[in-house]
Amino acid sequence: MAFRRRPRRALAVTLRWGVLLAFSSALAFPFYWMLITTFKRTSDLYDLKNNPFLFHEPPTLEHLRLLFRETLYPRWLWNTTLAGILVVAITLLLSVPAAYALARLTGRWGERLGIAIFLTYLVPPTLLFLPLSRVVAALGLQDSIWSIVVVYPSFTIPFSTWLLMGFFKSIPRELEDAAMVDGLTRFQAFLRLMVPISLSGILTVVIFSFTLVTQEFVYALTFISSAANQTVGVGVPIYLVRGDVYYWGSLMAACLIASLPIGFLYNLFLDRFIAGFTFGSVK
Amino acid sequence: MLLPAILYVLALVGVPFLLAFYYAVGDVKVGSTEYHFVGLANFSSVLQSPAFRRALRNSIVFTVCTQALVLVGGNVLALVLKDPFRGRHLVRFLVILPWVAPVSIGAIGWKWILDSLYSVINWVLVRLHLVPALSPPMWLGEPTLAMISVILVQTWHVLPFATVILLAGWTSIPRDIPEACAVDGAGYFRTLFQITLPMLLPIINVALLFGIVFTFTDMTVIYILTRGGPYDTTQVLPSLAFFTGVLGGDLAEGAAISIFLLPLLALVAWKMLQTARRAEVG
Repeated sequence: MAFRRRPRRALAVTLRWGVLLAFSSALAFPFYWMLITTFKRTSDLYDLKNNPFLFHEPPTLEHLRLLFRETLYPRWLWNTTLAGILVVAITLLLSVPAAYALARLTGRWGERLGIAIFLTYLVPPTLLFLPLSRVVAALGLQDSIWSIVVVYPSFTIPFSTWLLMGFFKSIPRELEDAAMVDGLTRFQAFLRLMVPISLSGILTVVIFSFTLVTQEFVYALTFISSAANQTVGVGVPIYLVRGDVYYWGSLMAACLIASLPIGFLYNLFLDRFIAGFTFGSVK
Repeated sequence: MLLPAILYVLALVGVPFLLAFYYAVGDVKVGSTEYHFVGLANFSSVLQSPAFRRALRNSIVFTVCTQALVLVGGNVLALVLKDPFRGRHLVRFLVILPWVAPVSIGAIGWKWILDSLYSVINWVLVRLHLVPALSPPMWLGEPTLAMISVILVQTWHVLPFATVILLAGWTSIPRDIPEACAVDGAGYFRTLFQITLPMLLPIINVALLFGIVFTFTDMTVIYILTRGGPYDTTQVLPSLAFFTGVLGGDLAEGAAISIFLLPLLALVAWKMLQTARRAEVG
């Protein structure tokens, strides 16, 4: 038995690593390619005789210099960060109290209302962007970063409320009751007790909302018409291209810089997002 | 405490949602404030246009193919990721990147990889003598290839999401169940198809439902890679609504087109409610 098992085991292990290697290289390849392209000289990039995987000329920082000195890229990074911070603030301000109220509603109604709010997350921007473009214009926010600051919470609040509701529910009610017996009002108990305990849940919502802001494309493309007011997600693919000319070196540098930090942050909180998406049906 | 959040969402999801219907039965144009009720005229004109029918068909092909690839790929990947191994965190980080990085930015990376002249994929294929050096495939310039390309790039984007959801499902199956089956003499594949996969069905459902929403209603990958081209052969409903409503200035017809997204979304929402209810009971 032992003799027969060993080769089969070896086969299984090889197969497993083969699959892992194939998938991770296919999924990560574009980012690897962005990295290579970022540091290659233009003449090297566009020489068809060269092996594209190798550096035939010394690496260069020229694309990065161009990107940060001569394009609107720093501006877009700033716009995205600013919009992100403001959207996160609005989201927290509205979803934390809402989630708490839902978690403490008695009976099944809290859960049902929570699900109803969550379902609005499914209504896609591609259904709402045309009417919203008029709403944005009526509010006088067209072509400004404020248009997305106002609109984005409409999809960050539903998911955040849902995530936080699960969090608050896991905290026993007795804890607040005890605090209230000790003379705190419900609001004080919420602020001094619940918020600190659920800090990691709140942090999850911060990261999640921020990444949603960086990922959104349709609204920003529709509402904002001048390049200087754009976010990274629209600015890079739309406005970094001049006419028909693609500056691939700078373009790939821009992509890499915008992807990695967000990827890293998101990865830290991955398990919590999954819990939200699976309705707690897996623990 | 609940009210501000509900009002905010109602104002920015509920109101535009109703406005979409209001526009679709009127004659709203960009740059004009006039409104006349036209009944179902927009819908009937949309339904008769070949561009719409093609977009509807493309949307279905795009969604079905992507989800089929994602389900197979996501389960295989979840299966090899579920047991701990050295470097698992790094692999998970690399695997999740396509989902987390802004889609538009990932797509522009692919545009460079699939470039008509400098495509690295073509370079490799030519070196392997799989395609002729003088006329390598035009990934984004030829209708069938363009459709395959956008499907593959969308799969690349949503696969990580399905994988992490499915991974949560796979790791929640108690180890002793497959082991007990093995003791009882069931082979690996028999256990997989008759025991494990049926147990995973609810979580596969969740991954599939979200995947459908994220694919059927999105236009980012297509907008960046092909702009719906060549000759509208990769146009899908959301991108057609964008081109009609924003670039064409016909808000009414654009709104009518995007309303065709609703039936499928309603179905998904209903299925999700069922899943959520089951989780609530269980």
